[in-house]
Amino acid sequence: MTWVLANLGLIWARTLDHVVLSLPPIVLCFLIALPLGWLARRYRISRGIILTGAGLLYAVPSLPLFFVLPAVIGTGLRSPLNVIIALTLYGVALMVRVVSDGLDSVDADVRQSASAVGYSAWSRFWQVELPLSGPVLLAGLRVVAVSTVSLVTVGAVIGVQSLGSLFTDGFQRGIQAEIIAGLVVTVGLALVFDGGLVLAGRVLMPWNRRAAPSKPNVPVELRAT
Amino acid sequence: MNLFADAVNWILEPANYVGSNAIPLRLAQHLVFTLVTLVMASAIAIPLGYLIGHTGRGRGLAVTTSGGLRAIPTLGLLTLVALWVGIGVVAPYVALTVLAIPPILAGAYTGFEAIDRRTVDAARAVGMSELQIVQKVEVPLGLPLLIGGLRSATLQVIATATLAAYVADLGLGRYLFAGLKTRDYAEMLGGSMLVILLALALEGIFALIQRFVVPRGVSGRVGGRAPGTTDSTPVSHSLRTEDPTVAR
Repeated sequence: MTWVLANLGLIWARTLDHVVLSLPPIVLCFLIALPLGWLARRYRISRGIILTGAGLLYAVPSLPLFFVLPAVIGTGLRSPLNVIIALTLYGVALMVRVVSDGLDSVDADVRQSASAVGYSAWSRFWQVELPLSGPVLLAGLRVVAVSTVSLVTVGAVIGVQSLGSLFTDGFQRGIQAEIIAGLVVTVGLALVFDGGLVLAGRVLMPWNRRAAPSKPNVPVELRAT
Repeated sequence: MNLFADAVNWILEPANYVGSNAIPLRLAQHLVFTLVTLVMASAIAIPLGYLIGHTGRGRGLAVTTSGGLRAIPTLGLLTLVALWVGIGVVAPYVALTVLAIPPILAGAYTGFEAIDRRTVDAARAVGMSELQIVQKVEVPLGLPLLIGGLRSATLQVIATATLAAYVADLGLGRYLFAGLKTRDYAEMLGGSMLVILLALALEGIFALIQRFVVPRGVSGRVGGRAPGTTDSTPVSHSLRTEDPTVAR
């Protein structure tokens, strides 16, 4: 506790680093997964390719990916960009499946009715299918958010500063309180992100509010390393 | 691409196949570590998961606990346990067993839950004892989802075992950290490629096993979506064995 009180400034600085590293992947993966997920649902061939690719990508361990990415895209080994890109890839790998399932969950009758009253394919997607698959997408994003916040810490071992630096530093200097503080703040940050998403869901999908958050079908497993 | 050529050369370099840092030795360490961790985690998670799945009790607690466990960063857990028990292999074993339990537990009880209640009732009606129901009905029908849980746990452990090299002299992850220290990028990249290949190979093997263990008479689409239902049922999803994320 003494350590924590004496180093509040450090913990705050690392928390900010952590937020800077974890927010972009969560936002970017959603934007990238949306068209890919749509494509995966639309054609049989693209479905096979995209979903298989996503599954394989998701199976790649994070630490080796942090080492391989610089060789592929030419960033420095200790560049925060590696972490952001790697985590965006994981997010996309998870979200394409979710987007595809979410669009799938829209009742075929509803889709046909929308076409019958004159929606074009484009406006039907934005005004009917996307809002209706919202709960599924939200549940998927919550998984991505928690997973991303946890994964950012791994970057600390290659020198990308985040709350994970409290683990490596605490380990090297033998300060238990530092590691525990890192654990508590990381889990806390994950909860804050999760809460923020739930709140955003309430605001954006007010029609969904009455229903208790029955968990739609989303992957329960999340990558932690 | 020169970097990759260097890495491949590093992998093929004969000097890396002898001594206490030989690639086959590190690979064996990695695999043994993964196997032991999975066996320990399974010994705890499978009986517990079956109990939860069969009785339907304690599900809420299991979901909450394993959800909480999953949010904990693995590096934090590893370093904390390493400080408690000292540097060495004990810390990774403890930390990774804890991490491998939630997916296996979830695989075990969701496997039971996904079974049509009528099937279980029918088994009871023809006079099977509770033990027989578990052994002859629930375990075989729940197997694909259990294997899914094991698959997920295995990938998790393979990945985290790499990270465990940070606190112990263990497995393929050593190359990553050794290369990082000596600024030998070929070693880091070569080691990383080996870990990725291992993970993908295991992913492929598990995908095959998962397809293989679906009992005869249960096709992938049985119990699929009934006409008129809008939401996708758990059964149709759970038996989609090619599914990369949902079944894992």
